[in-house]
Amino acid sequence: MQVIEADVIIVGAGGAGLRTAIAVAEADPKLSIALLSKVYPMRSHTCAAEGGAAGVIKSNDNLEYHFHDTVSGGDWLTDQDAVDLFVNEIPKELLRMEHWGCPWSRETSGNVAVRPFGGMKIMRTWFAADKTGFHMLHTLFQTSIKYPSVKRFDEYYTVDLLTDDGACYGCTAIEMRTGQMRQFRGKAIVICSGGAGKIFPFTTNGAVKTGDGMAMAYRAGVPLKDMEFVQYHPTGLPGSGILLTEACRGEGGYLVNKDGYRYLQDYGLGPETPTPVLKAMELGPRDQLSQAFWHEQKKGRTIPTKWGDVVHLDLRHLGEKKIDERLPLIRELSAKYVDSDPVTTLVPVRPVVHYMMGGIHTDIHAATPLKGLYAAGECACVSINGANRLGSNSLGELLVFGARAGRGAAEYVKKGVRAPGERLDALAADSEARVKAWFQRTQASDRVPALKKRLTTAMEDGCGIYRDEATIKAACDIIVDVRERFKNVALEDKSSVYNTDLYQTLEMDAMIEVAQAVAVSALQRRESRGAHQRLDHVKRDDEAFLKHSMAHYNPNGEPRIDYLDVVITKSKPAERVYGARAGGQSAA
Amino acid sequence: MSERTIELEVLRYRPEQDQEPFFQTYKVPCEEEWVVLDALNYVKEEMDRTLSYRWSCHMFVCGSCGMMIDGEPKLACKAFLKDYPTGKIRVEPLSNFPIERDLVVVLDDFVEKLESVKPYIIPKEERTVEQGEYLQTPAQLKAFKQYTLCINCLCCYAVCPQYGLDESFVGPAALALAHRYNMDSRDLGRAARDDVVAAAEGIWHCSFVGACSQVCPKDVDPAGAIQQAKFAHGIDYLTSFLPGGKR
Ligand SMILES: Cc1cc2nc3c(=O)[nH]c(=O)nc-3n(C[C@H](O)[C@H](O)[C@H](O)COP(=O)(O)OP(=O)(O)OC[C@H]3O[C@@H](n4cnc5c(N)ncnc54)[C@H](O)[C@@H]3O)c2cc1C
Ligand code: SF4
Ligand code: SF4
Ligand code: FES
Repeated sequence: MQVIEADVIIVGAGGAGLRTAIAVAEADPKLSIALLSKVYPMRSHTCAAEGGAAGVIKSNDNLEYHFHDTVSGGDWLTDQDAVDLFVNEIPKELLRMEHWGCPWSRETSGNVAVRPFGGMKIMRTWFAADKTGFHMLHTLFQTSIKYPSVKRFDEYYTVDLLTDDGACYGCTAIEMRTGQMRQFRGKAIVICSGGAGKIFPFTTNGAVKTGDGMAMAYRAGVPLKDMEFVQYHPTGLPGSGILLTEACRGEGGYLVNKDGYRYLQDYGLGPETPTPVLKAMELGPRDQLSQAFWHEQKKGRTIPTKWGDVVHLDLRHLGEKKIDERLPLIRELSAKYVDSDPVTTLVPVRPVVHYMMGGIHTDIHAATPLKGLYAAGECACVSINGANRLGSNSLGELLVFGARAGRGAAEYVKKGVRAPGERLDALAADSEARVKAWFQRTQASDRVPALKKRLTTAMEDGCGIYRDEATIKAACDIIVDVRERFKNVALEDKSSVYNTDLYQTLEMDAMIEVAQAVAVSALQRRESRGAHQRLDHVKRDDEAFLKHSMAHYNPNGEPRIDYLDVVITKSKPAERVYGARAGGQSAA
Repeated sequence: MSERTIELEVLRYRPEQDQEPFFQTYKVPCEEEWVVLDALNYVKEEMDRTLSYRWSCHMFVCGSCGMMIDGEPKLACKAFLKDYPTGKIRVEPLSNFPIERDLVVVLDDFVEKLESVKPYIIPKEERTVEQGEYLQTPAQLKAFKQYTLCINCLCCYAVCPQYGLDESFVGPAALALAHRYNMDSRDLGRAARDDVVAAAEGIWHCSFVGACSQVCPKDVDPAGAIQQAKFAHGIDYLTSFLPGGKR
């Protein structure tokens, strides 16, 4: 097997991976960097982010406000030391993006403009129309070209991490064009592989978001933290699951039920006001908005369609000019996909799986417990999102912690890293054998797409917006069965060049591990907090569960779960307050 | 449940086993609202695991799924079945690129071109974070905003007659990207980009028929960008032929 060496190996070239690469290059241009991605960088799912990135920049705002919004938004499951440095560093990161050419929307003065976002008390979300992630991704990608030490390996599918004696030294990856496996050997490895929304059937996540990196780290012994916290975004298009950004509501959109009633006022988010008030009504946090939909549905006040029940997003009062200026992509997507021009018509929407709060456990330096292994972006859990991420915090997260991972990895390498032992080659050979087995098997009783359907349906039924012991258990049982059956699947495509049957099978392998970590963590958290709502344990229970769930991989069965204390510095757990009492800024 | 069956005629080519590309027809039961990408995904999941193509976002923003659909370069996730009433749709890889496999083309040439135009800010003055943002008015933003919208789907290269004739031509999207940075009020890199942009293989190669702009799914208008760039360079270029010119 060909061996490719680099000082720092980065798995994933989305926003987080590119920011990491630039940070390493800036920390020390002499360090060689291998940047691997299973898609060309600009195809990474960061491109789909629409709304914006929060960071304190205006004089009416301050870091404390951003801190408190984030901590209470996360239902106090956030680590406050991480949130503290996050809110501190994000404005600088966003300014750096500005210097690198990101086309932020502007005020007439020429300063960057900000917009309101859910759960934020003050307007602080930087945006580039409704294509913020797209512009950030392309800005980072194009800027990364400036650094000669960044060597990209586009369309390389990473399969396994290679560890020796308690440290990580590299990974195996398949060059998709040839089907050849390579051994990447380095001194520090950074995983930036994004989220795992594809473990659910109805999601805003693109095809690439299958949790590969989470599964790799997990198999290598790193715990997955707080996996039961899965964010449903309240406004997805029925059928396709395409997202209509929260900025629709930030700009003043209403959510109405079948009677045209702004139902959120019935769920502690009112009173209704004609123009938006931050932290109230449509600008409440996502967990509560998605939960309100569930209750409306139970009350029979949603609208049935062939793609499931919906409510309506009403943007008509914003007028064509504002919609075209601020929400052009939303107009295009709604018109094309559900035949509803928001300028003149109500747009049908329903909650849709959007974001994983949980992920690879890291400390505030983006380091995992495995020496030499770092993680940043959506695949990681540094615990700034807690039990519920606030919209527009994750684009910031990938910058702040991507940069930290890059600097941390560079420093680690410069301190000198012991060379790995013989074991690495053997592990690489095992990894290759694992893949080869799928080629060699001939007859399989189950097909991968059918197993995938079974897995994702089980997740939706068992780990949805509301859960209970019985539904989660049912999901756990199905996952065990799928995992067993998956052991015998065979590839139907035996070729080498760009074999997407192979990559989808590898992705399925990762999805099973990640889904199991989600379901088992959910089963054992017997309380309701943020995005994890249990019908059989309806209250938050700080006594027993003000703790991070840590799922540890178990090759022979379900993961072992233990718990880690939450870091609390200045904000004592309290009630989350939204609606009139929250004192949010008027966003008119 | 299915509303309509379409005949999807897909160009297949697996270099390890096929001497040359051929068409394979799939009869796909489709929902009315589907796009061509949904039909391909149906084939992949239910009918034929060996078919390969690129996709990710399903919301016309990642640029993965550019392909020829009934002879025109389109995003498969933006090509709605309802716009193909005959029920027969032909799908081929993007023209003007080598086929890697099935609907997957080799992108190396484009990626090199994109890198060659120095697509990053070459600043007027280095600025520290402490100095805050560059001021840029909405009007200054507007001067280049349209050219930032390119998703690198390469539909424009697939129709560009000049690129078809001579692949040394830098081509629409990469030239539009260079123009995007040249027009950015924060940038002073035009001269540094000129060795690629204003070279024989650069803007002067474009015949300005505008096919690229017609097919662009993001209204980037690369032809307009090239035209503007030519105009900006026109004076320099013409004077270079005068006695004492720099040529
Ligand atoms: C529709 C949508 C809208 C959003 N809007 C917002 C918003 O307005 N504001 C906000 O803050 N957040 C938003 N988010 C969330 C945010 O966009 C994501 O959390 C963030 O972009 C994730 O970035 P990332 O770099 O971690 O991952 P990604 O951009 O997903 O990149 C992952 C990378 O890993 C690579 N990779 C994965 N597996 C492998 C493998 N096996 N081998 C090799 N490479 C691999 C991929 O190729 C890719 O390059 C939104 C998310 C979605 C889905
Ligand atoms: S206008 Fe120029 S770049 Fe565009 S298609 Fe024609 S020749 Fe190609
Ligand atoms: S200019 Fe348009 S057609 Fe060409 S690559 Fe960019 S988005 Fe695609
Ligand atoms: S799948 Fe992303 S553009 Fe079509």
